[in-house]
Amino acid sequence: MKKLASVGLGLLMTTAMAAVQAEEVKIGMITTLSGGGSHLGVDVRDGFMLAIERSGRDDVKVLIQDDANRPDLARSLSNEFMQRDNVDILTGIIWSNLAMAVVPAAVRQGTFYLSPNAGPSDLAGRMCHENYFNVAYQNDNLHGGMGAYMREQGFERPILMAPNYPAGTDALAGFKHLYEGEVVDELYTQMGQTDYAAEIAQIRASDADSLFFFLPGGMGISFMKQWENSGVDLPVFGAAFSFDETIIQAVGSAAIGAMNTSLWAYDLDNEANHAFVEGFREAYDRMPTLYAAQGYDTANLIISALEKAHPSDQDAFREALREADFDSVRGKFRFGPNQHPIQDILVREVVEGDNGQPTNRLVGIAVEDIQDIYYEQCQM
Amino acid sequence: MNKSNTSTLAPQPGLPTPAASWYDRKGLVQIGLLAFLLLAPLALYFLGHIYYVNLASRITLIAMAAVGLNLAIGYGGMVSFGHAAYFGLGGYVAGISAYHAFDFTPVIGWPIAIPGSDSMLVIWLAAILLCGLLALVIGAISLRTTGVYFIMITLAFAQMMYYFANSWPTYGGEDGLPIFLRNGLPWVDTNDALTFFLICFGGLVLSLAITSRIMKSRFGAALTMARLNDTRLATAGVSPYPIRLVAFVISAMITGLAGALYADLNGFVSPSMLSWHMSGELMVIVILGGVGRLYGPLAGALLFVMMETLLGGMTEYWQLFLGLVLLFVVLFAKHGVMGWLAGRERHE
Amino acid sequence: MTLFIEQLINGLQLGTMLFLMASGLTLVFGVMGLINLAHGSFYMVGAYATALVTAATGSFFVGLAAGIAVAAAVGALVELIVIRRLYHRPHLDQVLATFALILIFSEGTRWIFGSSPLWLNPPAMLSGSVTLPGGLRYPIYRLVIIAVGVAVAVGMYFLITRTRLGMRIRAGESDREMIGALGINIARLYTLVFAMGAALAGLAGALVGALQSVQVGMGEPVLILAFVVIVIGGIGSIKGALYGAILVGVVDTLGRVFLPGFFRQFMSPSEAAGVGSAIAAMLIYIMMAAILAFKPKGLFAANE
Repeated sequence: MKKLASVGLGLLMTTAMAAVQAEEVKIGMITTLSGGGSHLGVDVRDGFMLAIERSGRDDVKVLIQDDANRPDLARSLSNEFMQRDNVDILTGIIWSNLAMAVVPAAVRQGTFYLSPNAGPSDLAGRMCHENYFNVAYQNDNLHGGMGAYMREQGFERPILMAPNYPAGTDALAGFKHLYEGEVVDELYTQMGQTDYAAEIAQIRASDADSLFFFLPGGMGISFMKQWENSGVDLPVFGAAFSFDETIIQAVGSAAIGAMNTSLWAYDLDNEANHAFVEGFREAYDRMPTLYAAQGYDTANLIISALEKAHPSDQDAFREALREADFDSVRGKFRFGPNQHPIQDILVREVVEGDNGQPTNRLVGIAVEDIQDIYYEQCQM
Repeated sequence: MNKSNTSTLAPQPGLPTPAASWYDRKGLVQIGLLAFLLLAPLALYFLGHIYYVNLASRITLIAMAAVGLNLAIGYGGMVSFGHAAYFGLGGYVAGISAYHAFDFTPVIGWPIAIPGSDSMLVIWLAAILLCGLLALVIGAISLRTTGVYFIMITLAFAQMMYYFANSWPTYGGEDGLPIFLRNGLPWVDTNDALTFFLICFGGLVLSLAITSRIMKSRFGAALTMARLNDTRLATAGVSPYPIRLVAFVISAMITGLAGALYADLNGFVSPSMLSWHMSGELMVIVILGGVGRLYGPLAGALLFVMMETLLGGMTEYWQLFLGLVLLFVVLFAKHGVMGWLAGRERHE
Repeated sequence: MTLFIEQLINGLQLGTMLFLMASGLTLVFGVMGLINLAHGSFYMVGAYATALVTAATGSFFVGLAAGIAVAAAVGALVELIVIRRLYHRPHLDQVLATFALILIFSEGTRWIFGSSPLWLNPPAMLSGSVTLPGGLRYPIYRLVIIAVGVAVAVGMYFLITRTRLGMRIRAGESDREMIGALGINIARLYTLVFAMGAALAGLAGALVGALQSVQVGMGEPVLILAFVVIVIGGIGSIKGALYGAILVGVVDTLGRVFLPGFFRQFMSPSEAAGVGSAIAAMLIYIMMAAILAFKPKGLFAANE
């Protein structure tokens, strides 16, 4: 990180003084490296940089900045990247609210944006743009997958909980779209909330038969710790965002048995994934999460397009991105008409691993070739 | 006013002084500061460094917000820990108005339809009026208290605004509200970085001129006396409460206008403009520059943003050094940058 | 009905935690006339020390003791180096110097320990839940927090009314010059009171850290709430801090839970959550403004 930052700073100096070399490709990464949700940004960055290093291309420069999970800071960083550093491509944003602050303005100013994590519905639908590519998911995908799975498993009275922000409301909308039944209640929490006593009391007082929640990052850890001690005994379901490897290690035994949907699993059987998981463990000495997988795929997509065109030739580069001609760790990957992925949604269960620590195990496929429901609103 | 009598008291910004000549030390420093702020972005613009022009706009607007706060703290002795409320309200006026203009929906549909507007003139007027109104309400309640209670109640009102903006979903809540297209003015292209900077610079000069005019007037003398010794002011037959309230309202209007421009500069407004950190930073800028010095906020904002940019480029932890500098200034260098550059005020 | 009682207990738990923070703040203001924004930093320091020592020794109670001790030591150090220069300064200087301390503590902690939160778990013997009379199941650990808060309140009462130190504190509150004349070492008394406040903040941070997470900036939201508490209660009054803390804790918790429910009767869940939580979040500030508008010195104004 330190090294990268100093490389970035040195680069900044040279650009300020000399003319930019035409062949170099500059990527600006704005991601969350501090605060409660920092492990998401760290994993996206590490997965991304692993793929860049493996490509062996030294003409690709990645500048990295921390947005501290603040929309205003992300916005000013994006202006800095575009106006001062003249980056060709922006990427890295973790949170939907930050993406909404940055992406619409950036793509309209002629910069490419590739999302390695957030996929708010507006960017998939009415505000889609030819320079915006989502390499991760539309926010509904994983939640919708879980809705379909829970329906299939015969749960009839789920209670839902999510933070009150665009990805949170999208999540519950996505769940209900594929669950297609009545839910007991919807609880909305504050973003960044740390104490869930009030919500747990409401869940306890309801007659729900299952809990579906979406609390990404540190919120999920706080909630699960408090849930464990509350004595409420309901089966717990969620998306992978609340059950990535980092979170379940911190939560400990309380997470065991929870089912979650994901677009990637480390035990997914394909060659690109084996290479990725091994390489990541070797490079960083920990298990990759889906964020790392998404970062890795994003970088590989960029590299595959760079083989065909330089981003300054916008039309050719865009066309090359659309082809998605790279080996995804997800096995199969293609773009829909709104440049969002069409992919399988997997189901994982949290189990006790070999070392006694909880880990995710692939159980099966919830929905094949899921596509978001907003692509019809997108006019490109 | 008997000068020999008051000169034994503590620092007294705002007391009438012999007209400052532009060629004495203080005058030269003031002109130098303004000239630097105007000429540096001009030069950088023609060298093609748009980023630094925008940085200069940022310095200018933060300085302007602090000029407003300085009127309350420095001249009026009202330690407001909640000026972010006006800064943020100004920002939200710009954001909300542009949002409705973009969507062709009314801001208020009933009882009379008020459409959104993407004209800066309308937005400025609305921001000034609304901030004045808000300050009138907050000031009327808060000025009944003094000391720590005043600090805390202004903070509480700002927090109220912050949490409201944070949880009210219509205008983005916690996510903030992007301004997709910068608001416009007749005949000029506000998207041009230099044009926008000149607009901001004009705003700053105007707010400095207004503050200077106020403090040279009879009203200014009364405000100073209300700060130094309000019993004496009351014996002279002038009630200090309305004097303070009017100064508080004007102070909020200046800060609010700066906020409206700031939202347009960033193309974004979020609750963080209303947070207590923002209030704290504005106070820090006033102190760094020198409390109750007309050009203090300008010097403070220059120092603050330069530290943020230079130190921030070197270390992620630049606020640690900001903290150390601030601590040093408060403990050992009470007169701030202006005290150091331009010498103490004459009557100290 | 059980839901209401459970939320009431939740509010009480928030209130006792706020009391731990507010009592230190209000003592420091009452005795020394100092407004200290950096109080939240001691909360953070206590939580970090507890998390680190617990991880190293494996015992939560050793960690907790270390957390309190470290917070007290840091408090004493800060008083000796910075705070004592501020006693005779205007409030503006106190606000800014202690704002600077927040920046120094937060960024310093980030520098040393990184931005990722640390995780601290309650000890095994305090985890899980018990059934209360009336059939309500409630987490043991939250009950323990309430018990600690009550114990501290009782302890403070005895300290202030029955001990020599308490007598000096009361003397300091009512007449700052007099205690000097009585031949009491004022400098030492001030350091002691300040360290005591820091220790209570550290205790609060450690207890809450085990429930939530230990991270940079965790003290700030609590600090603001604690200020609301002491302003409502009357700055300088321990009794005011106690009543204020419970009032704020209960009103805040109940507002957050029941206002969205109230608005849901005529709105969609998502909208109701928005409007309800907007008003709930403002509730305690509205309460504070209303109280100050009628009682400008708070409910239990101490001296002045």
